[in-house]
Amino acid sequence: MNVALAIDDVRHDAQPRVDEAGPAPKRIVVAYGFWVFLLSDIVMFSALFAAYAVLVRATAGGPTGAQLFNQATVAIETACLLLSSYTCGLMSLAVNAQRRVATYSWALVTFVFGAAFLFLEIREFATMIAEGATPQRSAFLSAFFTLVGCHGLHVSIGLIWLVLMMAQVAVKGFRANVQRRLLCFALFWHALDIIWVGLFTVVYLMGVAP
Amino acid sequence: MNLLGKLSWSAIPFDQPIIMGATAFMVLLVVSVLGWVLLKGYLPYLWREWLTSVDHKRIGVMYIVLALLMLLRGFSDAIMMRAQQAVAVGGSQGYLPSEHFDQIFSAHGTIMIFFMAMPFLIGLMNIAVPLQLGVRDMAFPTLNSVSLWLTASGILLTNISLAIGEFAKTGWVAYPPLSELQFSPGVGVDYYLWALQISGIGTLLTGVNFVTTILKVRAPGMSYMRMPVFCWTALASNLLIVAAFPVLTAALAMLLLDRYLGFHFFSVDAGGNAMMYVNLFWVWGHPEVYILVLPAFGVFSEVSATFSGKPLFGYRSMVAATMAICVLSYTVWLHHFFTMGASANVNAIFGMMSMIIAVPTGVKIFNWLFTMYGGRVQFTVPVLWTLGFMVSFVFGGLTGVLLALPAVDWQVHNSLFLVAHFHHVIIPGVVFGAMAGFNYWFPKAFGFTLDERWGKRAFWCWFIGFHVAFMPLYVLGLMGMTRRLQHYDVPDWQPWLVVAALGAVIILAGIVCQGVQLVVSIRNREQLRDATGDPWNGRTLEWSTASPPPAWNYAVLPRVTAVDDFWASKKRARTTQDQPSEAPGYKPIEMPKNSATGFVTAFFAVVTGFALIWHIWWMAALGVLGAFVTFIVFAFRDRDEIEIPARVVAQFYRAHQAEAVR
Repeated sequence: MNVALAIDDVRHDAQPRVDEAGPAPKRIVVAYGFWVFLLSDIVMFSALFAAYAVLVRATAGGPTGAQLFNQATVAIETACLLLSSYTCGLMSLAVNAQRRVATYSWALVTFVFGAAFLFLEIREFATMIAEGATPQRSAFLSAFFTLVGCHGLHVSIGLIWLVLMMAQVAVKGFRANVQRRLLCFALFWHALDIIWVGLFTVVYLMGVAP
Repeated sequence: MNLLGKLSWSAIPFDQPIIMGATAFMVLLVVSVLGWVLLKGYLPYLWREWLTSVDHKRIGVMYIVLALLMLLRGFSDAIMMRAQQAVAVGGSQGYLPSEHFDQIFSAHGTIMIFFMAMPFLIGLMNIAVPLQLGVRDMAFPTLNSVSLWLTASGILLTNISLAIGEFAKTGWVAYPPLSELQFSPGVGVDYYLWALQISGIGTLLTGVNFVTTILKVRAPGMSYMRMPVFCWTALASNLLIVAAFPVLTAALAMLLLDRYLGFHFFSVDAGGNAMMYVNLFWVWGHPEVYILVLPAFGVFSEVSATFSGKPLFGYRSMVAATMAICVLSYTVWLHHFFTMGASANVNAIFGMMSMIIAVPTGVKIFNWLFTMYGGRVQFTVPVLWTLGFMVSFVFGGLTGVLLALPAVDWQVHNSLFLVAHFHHVIIPGVVFGAMAGFNYWFPKAFGFTLDERWGKRAFWCWFIGFHVAFMPLYVLGLMGMTRRLQHYDVPDWQPWLVVAALGAVIILAGIVCQGVQLVVSIRNREQLRDATGDPWNGRTLEWSTASPPPAWNYAVLPRVTAVDDFWASKKRARTTQDQPSEAPGYKPIEMPKNSATGFVTAFFAVVTGFALIWHIWWMAALGVLGAFVTFIVFAFRDRDEIEIPARVVAQFYRAHQAEAVR
């Protein structure tokens, strides 16, 4: 959405052919590079998914996913994350309109939803560990904690990043480089959603299937 | 609670004279270089112009300096192994105890792949790609510096392991369960893992940077099908980095979790699956082979076209073959472990894919042959390396086709036949390519050519030495000698191993020649000076600017109209008797500002890595915090570009033109 908006600033018939245009504008280069990075991140997750798929039955006599997962909590987690993505989109609109108060407000809502997601996930982990379902218990649990925990780590980094970006907006205003970073943040936050959708399906839905 | 974790004086192997000797030599070297820099007062210059530089050409040079140093380190390991195996027969245990020998072969593989071959080729790409694309810098210059210094961090950690503690004894692949804590309780595997994780981040960022640069930052008119083939191979190689390195990161992270937190990914108990590591490792590892060899293929393409005075034969088929290899490289990983116990059908399909990938490679070989055919080939040093590559690589590839047959592989797997095969493709493929590129682009980077006579001596020593060193290993493999033997009981093997050791000595002579070549060339730099910027009568854009190019590469971005655009414009100028046009109206140029971010981040990365290896948790926390603060400082800096005034740009070109005319 943001990239499209950035292109819309220029009239299409005014643009030369892509090959003739020379280096792309910085905003395009940065967003494109960040996409490439996100793709590499998704490749890393794919390795974790593969490990999980290989080890899902290797419970070593310990608890299985069906015994551990509480789908009500996971549904709330999912709702929090998807809603935070929506409010992140609204924040991007506010950034494009250069409206400070709206940007802060939507960032705050995004942060709260993200933090709620993280809180629920940590509580789920804590409950499992208290029941003796630790990552050291079986290969299945090792893979589970690594895959879900890696996503949680990404969400935590996203939250820190969001706070830093708001500090940058406060100190520097909507400068070109601050806007580019906000664009990258939005891409990052949405990508975490894509991964969560896969994770939710493979781990929580398929995990309780008979 | 010990403040220094597992670290104590007993970590330093005082009782091992060979290790202590090597350590003393390394420390002496580092101290004398540092002392020389400090005494001569070069430090401010070095800091300002090199260590904090975000200029792609300087970063490229620093990568290659690292690679050459690591070539020496990796080669010392190699010649020590050759010497050990030449003598350790029957009752003799040789001069290397087994726990030291095991570290040496692990360090040799790790260093040669990650810290010699990778930095060498990434260095060449850094020097050449933005120039060939006709632009002023990479897409993300500061990130480029971060990548370089993270690679340097990994190198430093690996070399620290020589003095403090130990390196992995698991081979460069570190297969579990051997690499699990249960069987490798020392810090060796941890050194391996953290060094590769830290430098791996650097490599991944390099991949992102080059893919973005090549796809989004090109001179006007530089459409895909006008890009030099080296840019295409760099694109393919970096696409592979982006898609393959994260898998290595994930696999190594899982092994770290196993070792540090008692997880069960690859353990022998609680359902762990060691073969999963082997699969993940080679899902990265096979593309890695092409990450290394594709840029070298690019160098051979540039060299064979330039020194034959002809356009590259079959440019489009070369591009297609490159991209085909890029995709096919993901379909062959299982051939690294046919003996895993997969079904016959699985082995068969991977065997077939491994043979299919030889087809685009064959296309390339024919293209180079036809490029030279009918051309006026000048037998310069880069051409010698190219010819040497073509002759030996074909045979190395053929032994690869043999190994791609599962039935044959079952007979010779894990033997010296395999060792001979992969050295037979990687040395002619990657090392010869790196040397060709080094001799080819050296004048571009420094403004004077390398001495041809010593370059040719170096080539012949390498070429002959390589064959003497590795052909016997095929025979030994067929005789049943497995790899990584510290000693052996079969006297029949010894003559062959003595010959192989002799080959290593001949290669050593080649390396000495290269050192002499550098010294002689630097001493004679005034005679070897290249004032025009185009010493080889080149075809691609990098030869159209001064040598060494100014920080901004091009005062005005070139407008590209053809493949080999520089060649075309030289021909045009000859037919129309054009004089170089009058000085264009120079404009001020915005260039990225130097930044210490990369260097400082890398410092903290070393601190963190070292602390994690030795379980010094407070220091690890400080290291991470330091890196984070560095990042914040960078994110909040106000100016990230400096403006070079038009006057300075104009001055540079006046001086360059005056020199070229003279």
